[in-house]
Amino acid sequence: MSNPQRSFFFNVDWITVFLYLALCTIGWLNIHSAAYNPKYPGLFNIATDYGKQFIYINIGIVLGIFILLLESRLITTLAPAFYGITTLLLLLVLVVGRNVGGNQAWISLGGGFRLQPSEFAKFSTCLMLARYLSGTNIKVTELKSFLVAAGIILFPMALIMLQPDAGSTLVFSCLIFVLYREGLSPYFLILEGLFITLFVLTIKLNNLTYIVGALIIIAAIIIFFAKRNRKLVSTIFIGLCITIAFVFSVKFLYNDVLKPHQKVRIDIVLGITSDLKGKGYNVNQSKIAIGSGKLWGKGYMQGTQTKYSFVPEQSTDFIFCTIGEEWGFAGSVVVLGLYLFLVLRIIRIAERQRSPFSRVYAYGAASVIFFHVVINIGMTIGIVPSIGIPLPFISYGGSSLISFTLLLFVLIKLDSNRMGIVYA
Amino acid sequence: MNTFFVRRYVIAGIFITIILILLAKLFYIQIIDKQYSIYATKNVLRQIKIYPARGPILDRNNKVLVQNQAFYDIMVTPKQVKPFDTLEFCKLLDITKDDFDVAFAKAKKYYPNQASPLVKQLSAEKYASIQERLSEFPGFDAVTRYLRFYPDSVAAQFLGYIGEVNDDQIKRSHGNYHQGDYIGITGVEKSYEDVLRGQVGIKNMVYDSHNRPKGSYMNGVLDTPAVAGERLTSSLDMTIQKLGEQLMQNKVGSIIAIEPSTGEILCFVSSPTYDPNLMVGRERGNNAAKMYKNPYTPFLIRPIQAYYPPGSSFKPLNALIALQAGLITPETSYYCTGAYKGGLPRCDEPHGQSDLARAIAVSCNTYFSSVFERLMNVNGAKNIDTTFVDWRKKVSRFSFGERLDIDLPNEGRGFLPTAQLYNKKFGVNHWRSNSILSLAIGQGELEATPLQMANIECTIANHGFYYRPHLIKAIGDKKITKAEYTQRNYVGIDAQYFEPVINGMQQVVESGTAHNSQIPGIIMCGKTGTAQNPHGKNHSIFVAFAPRENPKIAIAVVVENAGQGAWYAAPIASYIVEKYLTDTIKRSMSDFNRIRDANLMPDPTFYYSQIRKEAARDSIRKAKADSIRKRGTIKSVATKKRTDNRVAVLTSAIKREGK
Repeated sequence: MSNPQRSFFFNVDWITVFLYLALCTIGWLNIHSAAYNPKYPGLFNIATDYGKQFIYINIGIVLGIFILLLESRLITTLAPAFYGITTLLLLLVLVVGRNVGGNQAWISLGGGFRLQPSEFAKFSTCLMLARYLSGTNIKVTELKSFLVAAGIILFPMALIMLQPDAGSTLVFSCLIFVLYREGLSPYFLILEGLFITLFVLTIKLNNLTYIVGALIIIAAIIIFFAKRNRKLVSTIFIGLCITIAFVFSVKFLYNDVLKPHQKVRIDIVLGITSDLKGKGYNVNQSKIAIGSGKLWGKGYMQGTQTKYSFVPEQSTDFIFCTIGEEWGFAGSVVVLGLYLFLVLRIIRIAERQRSPFSRVYAYGAASVIFFHVVINIGMTIGIVPSIGIPLPFISYGGSSLISFTLLLFVLIKLDSNRMGIVYA
Repeated sequence: MNTFFVRRYVIAGIFITIILILLAKLFYIQIIDKQYSIYATKNVLRQIKIYPARGPILDRNNKVLVQNQAFYDIMVTPKQVKPFDTLEFCKLLDITKDDFDVAFAKAKKYYPNQASPLVKQLSAEKYASIQERLSEFPGFDAVTRYLRFYPDSVAAQFLGYIGEVNDDQIKRSHGNYHQGDYIGITGVEKSYEDVLRGQVGIKNMVYDSHNRPKGSYMNGVLDTPAVAGERLTSSLDMTIQKLGEQLMQNKVGSIIAIEPSTGEILCFVSSPTYDPNLMVGRERGNNAAKMYKNPYTPFLIRPIQAYYPPGSSFKPLNALIALQAGLITPETSYYCTGAYKGGLPRCDEPHGQSDLARAIAVSCNTYFSSVFERLMNVNGAKNIDTTFVDWRKKVSRFSFGERLDIDLPNEGRGFLPTAQLYNKKFGVNHWRSNSILSLAIGQGELEATPLQMANIECTIANHGFYYRPHLIKAIGDKKITKAEYTQRNYVGIDAQYFEPVINGMQQVVESGTAHNSQIPGIIMCGKTGTAQNPHGKNHSIFVAFAPRENPKIAIAVVVENAGQGAWYAAPIASYIVEKYLTDTIKRSMSDFNRIRDANLMPDPTFYYSQIRKEAARDSIRKAKADSIRKRGTIKSVATKKRTDNRVAVLTSAIKREGK
């Protein structure tokens, strides 16, 4: 055996690599089923989506090996540069981008290939956030640091919002987990949960009197039992004011800011409307496809809903329909299990890092992957509004696959170097 | 490491919880909720119906009466249509550009991805001429459809016609029929619908979200093939059927001929008739409307639906009943002075002394009035009502006033008066034999269908029994004959009593009223009848069977408004019999032509009002029968009473309309 110190595979977390390869393979096979073209039955034909995906996977693997060959130092050093480049690309896409499906999110590269800068923005934002939070004397608990960190996240969000790509914009909100891990008050998480609940209730009940009334009663009860604690009473009172203001602003947002198609998507998830032929068609067909898979599924390439194109976008955003239909609940459990295993593994990796940079970056990667999984699968089974974001490693698409590969392999590289010098 | 180390568990906990929520929802829609599987099948599965060919109908010598003819519908699938020369295409199909545009726009709007008919029912010849060129026009296609075709255009009322099912029929069929299916509406097409229609095949096809067919579902294991309808062999003889229709042209009436030894109907002419091909194809609706408006009601199936007083053709029946009762013998004779005792009924001339055979031969009204009086007074003049009931029972065994249950829908039962009718008409115990003397000579209230008249001839030919008359002698390739058609129905007269009657009937043709209708070399036994017609000229009736030994054919001919039986009905019957037995007509063709070319159509306006009256009476009768039937299921006393009132009202209405 050669000197393990000199091998670039030294200290690589093979479990993560295995999970990566497993998910990529699952994606590739399901794209084959979803986008099957009888003219080109082979898995490797470049004229087809599955053939292309195979190439993307190979590019991803080469890219992964390339990253492992890099110096870890280079990654930390180049973080601001990555951030700058993606920011430039996000600006550029607003000018020269191709409009696909209402979003100006793509830059054409020629030869049928195109680039989606927002996919790479997630990666570079994680890097930049890690770079900033690992700086000396930076503490999220301090207001200034918090605002800078928030700015790093919000800036690309704003640019993506201009495309407008609501789905990708929302992805960045998951980075709150990173901030929480680095010391942000748990109230932020609780507030976020509370606000989501209130958001749903406000739209669903469509009657502000009940909600505001209920909030006041709850606050009154808490104040009644905690009247000795002056500080708590005032906090509750302020909280009450904020939540009521929030409820009204949600109402305003929903009624006057959201575009009709966005409103309908929310309505469908909340069961307010069920326009099965129109706006609700996609989600309804998606649920039918997944639901008809039953326990064991219909078998590889046997999904009728997939094969006969009842499900839209079935190799990209709705790829989970193919999994659900052809592999059933068993397949769903396996795929969700793999994802859960992956994010928990990343958290474990994060916690064994000496370097705050690596830890922050790892949490960022875990959050981004997790958020994508939940929103994407949640959308296909109708518990999250239709938001077009891909399923990591599985959905068809070069930009998505390569950016997630980048995200993950940079982490693996950083982790393989965990015993080395602590940079920055 | 920093102080927030434990927060990893919070984050991991949140991740796990959310994933579990997703799994719970997946568990619900994939395992618990079954509706998604049903929707998925509904999404892709379409059941395509394959229509079977309807069974053909043949005559007794396997000549085709009706068969299926292939027509071609030009189909269009708008999404597959490429730019093409519209004018050229229209020229090819013989349609105008406007028609094409309308049809194409409609297809484009409603079935953009599916083939729908653009031009319907193109003939096979037309299709053959354009078939090769059709492939030049992508998106256009031809589909074979089968329609009824009648090569000889005969026996329209016998065969009936088919049409699309209506909503009511669909509802009552318990899923056997669907929109657009064909069903027999009248005639054999209706009565043998079950065997003719065959079984619709089902092909389970998979369709994609754009409604494009994607092949068979589960490799076709659930498919059922279409089963073609059974072939029917009718008892009709095409040769005499054609001859009959020819002879009956420009006349109103019927010819019905039956083979006595089987009950098979050989000839079934209802005149005026129509070309059955008119009830097929694109002009069907217009043609049908025209025929409904025709005052001579070509849709009326006269052999089984028209009622006539049988007239003198009824006389042999009274003779047979009297012979069986022992009231007369063949030698019994009466003296005719030209009229019966009271002056009525009269004879055409004084017949002098006649025995039974001669009385039949000369159709002596005096003789049969005397016989009838004997029949009615056998238990004393005062007990006539019970005697009449007894007589009525004997007559009804010949199927008078009863349906023969022939295999055609809507058969009429004729009318045989009841004792109650006379009790009402004259008052109880206020009627005597001479009150009802018209019955002796087949007049009065008595009414019979031509079928019933022909059936009596069968009974006489068979010396006392008949087989149920029927039109279809065999079903399918195995030639199945219904069991009820092979049973003898005895009428309660011993065979020995028929000889004297038959002797008389032979004399009718040889020297009696119908002597001008003699067939050289064949002994035909017949009886003329002249039914009094209150609305106009008398109806000419002739009933007969031939040959005398081993009879092969029994026949009844009615020609409305044609006067005496001997004038038209008898010659027509003799030509049919001669043609059937010898396959030629040897007699003078000028006589034949005179009969054939005679135009005896009555005044249409008058005829129409008469028919209308009959139709009105029939519909009231039907309403009454319905009410009575309904009454049985009613529980509430008040409703029952209301129904009784309605029946009473309808009864008086029938009386009013009837006479």
